[in-house]
Amino acid sequence: MTTPERGVMERVEQPTETPSNGEPAPALTFQAKNVSIWYGEKRAIDNVTLDVASKAVTAIIGPSGCGKSTFLRALNRMHELTPKTRMEGTVLLHGEDLYSGTVDPAIVRRRVGMIFQKSNPFPTMTIGENVIVGLRLNGVRNQKFLNERLEKSLRMAALWDEVKDDLHKPGTSLSGGQQQRLCIARALAVEPEVILMDEPCSALDPIATAKIEELIYELKARYTIVTVTHNMQQAGRISDYTAFFYLGRLIEFGPTTKIFTNPTEKQTEDYITGRFG
Amino acid sequence: MHLERAHHHTWRKIKSALASGIAFASALLVIAPMGLVFFYLVVNGASSVNWDFFTKLPAPVGAVGGGMANAIVGSLELLALAGAIGIPIGVLGGVYLAEYGSARLNSVLRFLADVLNGVPSITWGVVVYGLVVLRFKGFSAYAGGLALGLIMIPLILRTTEEIILLVPNGYREAALALGVSRWKTIVHIVLKTASKGIITGILLALARVGGETAPLLFTAFGNHFWNHSLSQPIAALPLQVFTYAISPYDDWHRQAWAGALVRI
Amino acid sequence: MEATAPAIAPGEPLSAAAAMRRPSRFGDKAFEWLTLAMALTVVVLIILIGWQLWDGSALAVKKFGFHFLVTSTWDPVADQFGALPFIYGTLISSLIALLIAVPLGIATAAYLTELAPLWIRQPLVSLIEMLAAIPSVILGLWGIFVMIPWLRDYPLPLLKRFFGWTPFFSGPIYGPCMLAGGIIIAVMILPIITSVSREILRSVPDLQREAAYGLGATRWEATRIAVLSYAKKGLFGAVILGLGRALGETMAVTMVIGNTPQIAASLFKPGYTLASVLANEFTEATSDIYLQALFEIGLVLFGITILVNLLAQLLLRTIATTSATRAVQ
Repeated sequence: MTTPERGVMERVEQPTETPSNGEPAPALTFQAKNVSIWYGEKRAIDNVTLDVASKAVTAIIGPSGCGKSTFLRALNRMHELTPKTRMEGTVLLHGEDLYSGTVDPAIVRRRVGMIFQKSNPFPTMTIGENVIVGLRLNGVRNQKFLNERLEKSLRMAALWDEVKDDLHKPGTSLSGGQQQRLCIARALAVEPEVILMDEPCSALDPIATAKIEELIYELKARYTIVTVTHNMQQAGRISDYTAFFYLGRLIEFGPTTKIFTNPTEKQTEDYITGRFG
Repeated sequence: MHLERAHHHTWRKIKSALASGIAFASALLVIAPMGLVFFYLVVNGASSVNWDFFTKLPAPVGAVGGGMANAIVGSLELLALAGAIGIPIGVLGGVYLAEYGSARLNSVLRFLADVLNGVPSITWGVVVYGLVVLRFKGFSAYAGGLALGLIMIPLILRTTEEIILLVPNGYREAALALGVSRWKTIVHIVLKTASKGIITGILLALARVGGETAPLLFTAFGNHFWNHSLSQPIAALPLQVFTYAISPYDDWHRQAWAGALVRI
Repeated sequence: MEATAPAIAPGEPLSAAAAMRRPSRFGDKAFEWLTLAMALTVVVLIILIGWQLWDGSALAVKKFGFHFLVTSTWDPVADQFGALPFIYGTLISSLIALLIAVPLGIATAAYLTELAPLWIRQPLVSLIEMLAAIPSVILGLWGIFVMIPWLRDYPLPLLKRFFGWTPFFSGPIYGPCMLAGGIIIAVMILPIITSVSREILRSVPDLQREAAYGLGATRWEATRIAVLSYAKKGLFGAVILGLGRALGETMAVTMVIGNTPQIAASLFKPGYTLASVLANEFTEATSDIYLQALFEIGLVLFGITILVNLLAQLLLRTIATTSATRAVQ
């Protein structure tokens, strides 16, 4: 609460949070308006407008190259790391413009965590160090607080019982599924408000995938989750809302049950019934 | 017809084997000098490598014994000075090439670094002589260390860059996605991941300049006694080997072999 | 797993966000500028070398002008300075070195990438890397006490007997001579020619080899037709890079070439190189003009090596880009 950014964020947060308590309309975490993104000359995202509901799982599906990952990365400004990117439009996080000149991308990324396709625990660090590295490098020195966060984050990522006696072992000594959960714990340690997942299970076996999906279901009680997947069954299993992207455009967006049972657009229907892509 | 073709085929096979044989002989010829150099170093140098060699000052001509203690320590001092200049500049410059910079600027800088790596080491000696020795009126350990340090810069810069580029992008993204600033990501994640390779590169560069003589001839200059101040001339092992080797005295020749053996 | 879920207390205060320090844009900018400054030292160094050599030799350049490069009297006592014998010695010794090192180096590289049994490749590569690590002065030491006596006793008399009728191998055999200088430079540049050639050959796409083998080529035919001819330009770059090193090689040459400023056809006669004269005479230069002349020698050496290196880098770079574009296509 002491940092000025937090103060600003809190004030902006209030009005959008309050109505959700009494009214049926879901509170919104993200409001993306007319977002277009170019890589050099190539237009990767074309005029996308999309609202992301709080404390729910939103899945983004579509054939590869449709811009779903690019859109996801625009939600925490990770796409800016690619050289020669240009963006138009606005993205609001709890009503605050993520792209306004006064907002530091590092602050955005602390509030909006990200899990990647390939699990990437830092190879030079132990399991324990991996979890608290975000806090450490962001200047937290209080050892008691770090220990608390370490255990809590690993518990939330459903990994604590498996690794509590091996915290000093290298993070890369874990199995693929455990590594991915370690990365989730690492993201949770900085207490984000949102978790973005970029095909988090695509490199995992079915059992590890089931564990992650279960974890996503649990985390949704507390976090807004946006996940990209090319596995439509997975989108159907875990998400509350589904957005279908094709060639950089948002073709259709709505509750997952509706998209999968009664899509409005012909292209959506073709995609989910496997007729292309 | 058929037979002729078979014959032709055998001839081609023989030719192939012959070419392999010639290539193998070339490879042997290439490594032969190394075996010979080692052999003679051990034969001629081993008898003079004893406790005195590491602990005593050079003996005057004609006197028996003596050592190169001052040169050994001098070499280490020079390497420390060189490292103090070459390592930070080289590593940080390599970081810029790998992590920042536009493609065009980087290709120019890379090009210049490669060209610098081809500058004869004696040229560095001449340049540092003009910059330091003439200006401050005297040979010194500082001048020698500077010459070696400048040689190290492009070497370390290029290896650091190449090794940093091998660090998978996923680690950078993971750290940045935690809200860690760019420079902390580079220092704590990227450099830490690449540290083994970077240290190897630094050691190779130190080994390379540790054997340099030409840039020291008129910067560090050499010294038959202990060096008491870095602003005074200082001895170095390769320099001592050179001085002894071109001298007309047998005792000194033996010391030169011993010095060379220790250097390796 | 379910048991762990209740550990999350809803509405928990955002303590982590409060505990974290705000990111400083200054730190990021400062670090970037710092590394940029360090990277720019390569530009500064090139300019510094050029400027220092130019500044140090200004008087000599003015006094001797172009004659410095084409006259062959080097007489410090009489203040007469002509660099031609050194330029000649540098070029001839480097040429001898290339004649020996290029075929050996490229054949070895081809052996290492194409012809050798797999188990032998890595040990050989390590040995060649070790050869590269032998300091010049130690090779020179070996040159004086082992190579020269051996050359004087066996190969040189043979050369004289069979080729003595040519001007190159006539006259008395002293020991230290141009030929010895060339041979020792060849040993010094063999590792770099071999390792750069090896990199070039390794970058030849496997498709090339497979196409040749597919047509029934033997191993040597595939190497010659598919690999060596494909890599021609890159190998040329490797040779030029070796030439750059040869021109600047100092200590080992100084110890075996004889250090006599003369232009003689016979390779049995002693010679002198630009680098050697610097190594020998720099600390003895008593008069200003003598020192200036030596700086000008340094300038000439720098000029030649920088041109050769530029050429080598350009050749090696076009290779890299063309193979990259080919890979894209």
